[in-house]
Amino acid sequence: MSDDDKAGSGFAGRLRRALLIAVPYLWLGLFFLAPFVIVLKISLSDSVLAIPPYTPTFDPSRGWEGIAAMFRAFDFENYVWLSEDDLYWQAYLSSLRIAALSTLLTLLAGYPIAYAMSRAPERWRPILLMLVILPFWTSFLIRVYAWMGILGQNGYLNQFLIWLGLIDTPLVILGTPVAVYIGIVYAYLPFMVLPIFSSLDRLDRSLIEAALDLGCSRLQAFWLVTWPLSRPGIIAGCLLVFIPAVGEFVIPSLLGGSRTLMIGKVLWDEFFANRDWPLASAVAVVLLLILVLPILLFQRHAERQQRRAEE
Amino acid sequence: MKLSRFNIVSLTLCFAFLYLPILVLVIYSFNASKLVTVWAGFSTRWYAKLFHDEAFLQAAFVTLKVALVSASIATVLGTMAAWVLVRFSRFAGRTLFSGMIFAPLVIPDVILGLSLLLLFIAMNIDRGVTTIIIAHATFSMCYVAVVVSSRLVTFDRALEEAALDLGATPFQAFSLVTLPVIAPAVVSGWLLSFTLSLDDLVIASFVSGPAATTLPMRVFSQIRLGVSPEINALSTILITLVTIGVITTSILSKRSALVRAGEAEG
Amino acid sequence: MDTAKAPPPTSDASAALPPWQDPAAEPLIRLENVTKRFGDFTAIADLSLDIHEGEFFALLGPSGCGKTTLMRMIAGFEAPSAGRILLGGEDLVPVPPNRRPVNMMFQSYALFPHLTVADNIAFGLKRAGLPRGEIAERVAEMLRLVQLENFAHRRPHEISGGQRQRVALARALARRPRILLLDEPLAALDRKLRAATQFELVDIQERLGTTFIIVTHDQEEAMTMASRIAVMDHGRLVQVGTPEEIYEQPNSRYVADFIGEVNLVEGVVTAAENGRLVIDWAEDAAPIVTRSDVAAPVGTRVTFAIRPEKITVGAEAPEGAANAWQGRIEDIGYLGNLSTYHIVGPAGRRFKVQSPNRRRVARREFSWEDRVWFAFDETAGLVLTE
Repeated sequence: MSDDDKAGSGFAGRLRRALLIAVPYLWLGLFFLAPFVIVLKISLSDSVLAIPPYTPTFDPSRGWEGIAAMFRAFDFENYVWLSEDDLYWQAYLSSLRIAALSTLLTLLAGYPIAYAMSRAPERWRPILLMLVILPFWTSFLIRVYAWMGILGQNGYLNQFLIWLGLIDTPLVILGTPVAVYIGIVYAYLPFMVLPIFSSLDRLDRSLIEAALDLGCSRLQAFWLVTWPLSRPGIIAGCLLVFIPAVGEFVIPSLLGGSRTLMIGKVLWDEFFANRDWPLASAVAVVLLLILVLPILLFQRHAERQQRRAEE
Repeated sequence: MKLSRFNIVSLTLCFAFLYLPILVLVIYSFNASKLVTVWAGFSTRWYAKLFHDEAFLQAAFVTLKVALVSASIATVLGTMAAWVLVRFSRFAGRTLFSGMIFAPLVIPDVILGLSLLLLFIAMNIDRGVTTIIIAHATFSMCYVAVVVSSRLVTFDRALEEAALDLGATPFQAFSLVTLPVIAPAVVSGWLLSFTLSLDDLVIASFVSGPAATTLPMRVFSQIRLGVSPEINALSTILITLVTIGVITTSILSKRSALVRAGEAEG
Repeated sequence: MDTAKAPPPTSDASAALPPWQDPAAEPLIRLENVTKRFGDFTAIADLSLDIHEGEFFALLGPSGCGKTTLMRMIAGFEAPSAGRILLGGEDLVPVPPNRRPVNMMFQSYALFPHLTVADNIAFGLKRAGLPRGEIAERVAEMLRLVQLENFAHRRPHEISGGQRQRVALARALARRPRILLLDEPLAALDRKLRAATQFELVDIQERLGTTFIIVTHDQEEAMTMASRIAVMDHGRLVQVGTPEEIYEQPNSRYVADFIGEVNLVEGVVTAAENGRLVIDWAEDAAPIVTRSDVAAPVGTRVTFAIRPEKITVGAEAPEGAANAWQGRIEDIGYLGNLSTYHIVGPAGRRFKVQSPNRRRVARREFSWEDRVWFAFDETAGLVLTE
């Protein structure tokens, strides 16, 4: 059975349908797709000291000849530059590394929380859920800022540790990758907890009882039943943390200091400080490829698995 | 059911981790000293100072305007897009369409901001409040589309057919039946868009011009230089507002959950 | 099982005949060679059917037989790929669902969760633009009809399943449709409530005189309520008739098997004379002798159908029975009011026999492995040539 709008027969129905599709389609085409075409185009251009600071620009008055001239002027110089300069390689790699490690840390912190929430009495669960979500609605910037006061040289953490007598000289945390890890775990924890909680919450309690009944210890029941069945939630949570963490700008620039290299910050600096738009565009295109390709592959894999399950 | 000791410990640690930083922030906003990390007695002077800071008030006003308008545009466009995703299974370019809906959710802000800025320059559009609104509406509508479409998928279409059967026009069936039933999702889509817009620093920094500074931009430029008591005061105000807002909506949505439960049963 | 209901009163003089037997009667709704395809799948194949004013008509068949599609085409949610649907002689196909004088009671009830019971019932009346006073009056009348006067201001989730079902009925009837379509109206109710509701529906239908078309997969439901039944299979009508006709004179193995329980015995006609057939069905066993109008010359392969309750069981061969064999009781199913015996007869052929329990179980006549006689007379069964 077709799931198209059944009331959509007749002229009025077709018009309604066309309008419904066209309005969001055109909006996204203009403000999402077109910008990427422009980014791609500028990434192939050369940087100049002008406004706009790149060449060639498209000259509509010259018509087709103008387009042809523009294409002839394109080259991959910026990409060559990217691949030759160590800075960019290191920035990409370090972004991926920081994102991967902090995703793992978030998982280690988030799973026990999600598990405990799913074990909590029924009437507590909505409240616990709300308490986990609440920070997400508070400004991201403020939540990262809160850690600046804690982790600084004279920060609350150092004051506390010295007061306890555990250390004599303050620890240097702010301005190091450690602070970035803490920031990412803190900022993205709800994104890890929620999907894992929802997959654990759905889990039929009698499955675990069945496992215990069939001779599993509690630990075995967890490892053989609960963990594999919560895997969809784990994967979703990891993606929700990893993907934005790779392109993160606010956390490394506030907590990471100059020593932490992340590609989002490089792109920002390239654009605002160096005003090298073509190079910034090339950085963006490569970052996009790095992020989008694995997602596409993952999606195709998931679709194929689903189709196999349906068969 | 009772929680095991392990579970109690992990919940306690979790909430301590989530809320202690915010608590410290709030406490030190009432600190009399200019040195944020040294307690020097209770005072509300930073709040007073904040309310006399023209630049801050101006930025807050711009942010609020941007968030209200962009969230409203995003809700309308996102609901339309959700409808298209769920109800129209076949049309030319459907794959591209759903790609454009889901891509902004995974693309880093720096790239979205950069690409939109380059578009506005290429189109020769003056940058300011309008361009921030367009940028925010564009990525927020994708979130709205996801939230609303997940609700539309579970919507019992027999309700619409019943409305048509009882003499409603297709438009009446939508406005009198579908919209009221999916309203909680639409409202949470709007709230999400509103929050995303209030929160955004990166995209706004790219697409705004010298004339328009949003609150996050203002805050960012100040905290880059270090911790400041004024920002603590501002944070406290924002946190209070958000907490009140979230608690109110959760009470309201509990009420509408009853209606939804009724629909699920028949 | 109920017998066919008396045909509803009609105004014309030839009221002696039910309308479907009166060639002069105009049908209320007529389906003419209707076909519906979804892609490669044919849901309805060249189907023609007349339904008359005041009927309680049942579309009966297993899931996927096309009965729901047929109903949705009458409601206007699907358009036929070919053929015409006429209502009172006018083509209904180009009319959108919101302009059809047809209302539907949905299987899920489709009650609007955000509206009260009264507002649900008033929904269609408001769309029709009735004046406020009349809407209130009609809503009150409908609430009385379904006995829900005290629940007018409740929301659908605040009432029971049975009450929801009645709200759905009241809402669909409020516009006084010419045809009420009911899609599996009792499927969501439990067994006890279902039986009570069946009679209530029939009662309401008789009081209002509205034409009801019901879709069901439950043969008992169709038999109890309907004035006529259309048995469907794979998008075709297999048989249309009163419940009695369908039960007593099924025209095919499919119908015989679908409606109630039946023993189907395959055999070959060895003699045919004076409306009597002799059917050989097992070696070394007496043939079946039966009266039949079916023209089946000697040598035809036929299927003999006999209902379990038309076979009697006894310790001795009944005298003068046209058909009697000996067999062994393999299994006994106790159903309270009835017992079902599975008897292994000649050539290992199993027969299902049903007989009422007139005594307490403890004093049952037969037990497992008993050798018994089972018998039926010449008019008890039916010959199917298909």
